[in-house]
Amino acid sequence: MSRVLIAGAGMAALRTAEALRACGYSDEIVVVGDEKYPPYNRPPLSKEALAGEPTLEQLAFRQKASTEDVVWRLGETVVSADLAGRTVALASGEVLAWDALVAATGVRARILPIPGGDSVRRHVVRTLDDTLELRPLLTPGARVVILGAGFIGCEVAATAVRLGCEVTCVALDPLPMLRPLGPDVAAELLRRHEERGITFRLGVSVSAMAENGTTVELQLSDGSTVTADVIVEAVGSVCAVSWLDGNGLDLRDGVLVDSALRPLVNGSPVDGVAVVGDLARFPNPLFGTGEWRVEHWSLPSDTGRRAGAVLGARLVGEGYDEVVALPFEPIPSFWSDQFDVRLKSYGMPGLADPDGVRLLEGDLADECVIGYHRGSELMGVVGIGMVRLVNSYRDKVGLGKVESP
Amino acid sequence: MALKVVVDMNVCQDHGQCVFAAPQVFQLDDDGRLVVLIEEPDESLRAAVEDAADVCPVQAISIKG
Repeated sequence: MSRVLIAGAGMAALRTAEALRACGYSDEIVVVGDEKYPPYNRPPLSKEALAGEPTLEQLAFRQKASTEDVVWRLGETVVSADLAGRTVALASGEVLAWDALVAATGVRARILPIPGGDSVRRHVVRTLDDTLELRPLLTPGARVVILGAGFIGCEVAATAVRLGCEVTCVALDPLPMLRPLGPDVAAELLRRHEERGITFRLGVSVSAMAENGTTVELQLSDGSTVTADVIVEAVGSVCAVSWLDGNGLDLRDGVLVDSALRPLVNGSPVDGVAVVGDLARFPNPLFGTGEWRVEHWSLPSDTGRRAGAVLGARLVGEGYDEVVALPFEPIPSFWSDQFDVRLKSYGMPGLADPDGVRLLEGDLADECVIGYHRGSELMGVVGIGMVRLVNSYRDKVGLGKVESP
Repeated sequence: MALKVVVDMNVCQDHGQCVFAAPQVFQLDDDGRLVVLIEEPDESLRAAVEDAADVCPVQAISIKG
């Protein structure tokens, strides 16, 4: 009886387990995850679930018959791994042996180091428990200060405004969602969000905070202050990789892997180990030479299926070399709902030249599709509305695809 | 039991990811609204329909049978 051990119990873990079963692996699969919940869908945590009554029933992924015998060890944490000895250790001290290991521990919300800032009024939105904790605080008139103006920050801001809160968004960047979308699109979204009642304090950071009764005073880097009843930090993520320390892996940004999602030690892949989801920094020839870590919703499924197929072939003993040699070129996609704005993207818009952002369809002030080019190549598209049209560009992004006008 | 596709239209947000997975079964109409073309697809489409349910961002698709 062999054992696949999956560290992390999110969507990527589930898709990996399903893919292992789909390719005929029938021995043990053990999933160890630090949250007490089975895999659930995270995007609604900053949107519908935060606006309504968040429940696990609504968010949990459906369980397929093929994975009914997976052993879920929830509420437990993997604290170290020995890749040579093929074991992991849990926080409880228990040591589990494995024949194949999947790193699916993902990311945590980043917490800013702010002087005086250990207030109980600070929140993040990453897990169901985070959203359950935040939801009752978003009452009409509550002063909500969002730190960060990326997608999650803007989604939480839009949800809080809809719930009647007074929302201020504080960010170091001069425009919301600037890095992924570029200045023109970001400026247009700033205009729309200000119109809907979000106050933006851009180009500033928080230098200190102080509790004052039931509120918190935030001191900003430009000398001004903001008062908050609730603070939500949405300033990116930190990879949960420390449990892999000591194995010679490249852990500088997630885990460096090859196209079969095997981690590399001195340039050589470690067979029997795979990295999936937010952690995998993998090559994608569709977008050029290099390796990228992508935190979009589509990647846990793409990488989970790939890892399951590779590990499954090895464990079952059928066609391993052939499976490893298959190309792996997923097209990242994400969406974001902010008020009535549906943003949808395919590809890697962030790889565009600074002057490579061009309107492909529609009108920036209304609905549109924007192309992100490097030279004449379309690296990514972003749609504001126009879902059917932006979807039609999905197969046109990437090197050597259709050249855009 | 025959394969049956059920989309919860209260949950569906017309992302259209299912259309990539199973274009024989799902389509976005001219207004961008999701239309289920075949509610009881042939068994040969099972894998495609399963894939469509998996890639639905709001998990609005369920499969019976």
